[in-house]
Amino acid sequence: MNFQAALFYFFAAILLGAGLRVIIARNPVHAALYLVLAFFSAASLWMLLEAEFLAIVLVLVYVGAVMVLFLFVVMMLDIDPDRLRQNVWRYLPVALPVALLIAVEMVLILGARYFAAAPAPAPLPAGYSNTKALGEVLYTQYVYAFEVAAVILLAAIVAAIALTMRRRKDSKYIDPARQVRVHKEDRLRVLKMKVSRYGEEMHDHDAPHGGADAASSSGER
Amino acid sequence: MVTLSSYLILGGLLFALSVLGIFLNRRNVIILLMAIELMLLAVNLNFLAFAHYLGDLAGQVFVFFILTVAAAESAIGLAILVVLFRNKRTVDVEELDQLRG
Repeated sequence: MNFQAALFYFFAAILLGAGLRVIIARNPVHAALYLVLAFFSAASLWMLLEAEFLAIVLVLVYVGAVMVLFLFVVMMLDIDPDRLRQNVWRYLPVALPVALLIAVEMVLILGARYFAAAPAPAPLPAGYSNTKALGEVLYTQYVYAFEVAAVILLAAIVAAIALTMRRRKDSKYIDPARQVRVHKEDRLRVLKMKVSRYGEEMHDHDAPHGGADAASSSGER
Repeated sequence: MVTLSSYLILGGLLFALSVLGIFLNRRNVIILLMAIELMLLAVNLNFLAFAHYLGDLAGQVFVFFILTVAAAESAIGLAILVVLFRNKRTVDVEELDQLRG
């Protein structure tokens, strides 16, 4: 139990330190990397809480996907960090009392007086699988919410792509709607041309039905 | 001895830290999004602590859904940020006053 307490305080200290560096980092890239560190230590704390599946999901989804997305955006946008950090400490006299007030209130309420009464749970049996237990309730009791979460992810995909997709002027792309709505007149142009015989200059320029006449006369020959 | 209140206090401190971050970095939208992620992390820590100490798996299921929604939120937020930067060439919150709010 003492080893667990040592691990808890170790990871909690890293988590709070990384969180502090996230909010005061000069460079947004450093902030994103410290956020990755915060997620890692939070995942370790979740392991201590016997939520192994969610700890791995936090590392895979958050560190692996969301934070990489953050880093992509931070590096893609050409922002000037120093200009955005002008008078960043101006609101500190307001922010610090508010944050301290929140922290002190939380500590007073959540202190050992009310919440230490919850007994430490018995250790789980050796063959216990957190993933299996979570899946059993997720796919039976919470299956409706699970489907809704899938729809939310689909909406996120569609929204992100629709927001950021940009048609370049010089790219050749197919518009299916225009393909469907096309008429014959748009694609096919019937030309009426006069036929001239070989070696003979074209003379009767004002014949009314030049094409038909020429076709019939050539048929006679 | 790690009790339930240790985890809850840690979550509360992390939440207060993110509030401080939102106050300080109020001009940079990217840092604001990161502070929101930190807040969600604190909330998730509370859920998991309760799920562990009360022996109820529903807390873990809730964290699962919070992670899903938070991932969707940050993806859309970053997409909006990219479009915003493409149009205004800045991510400064104080220059986003087109709606005259």
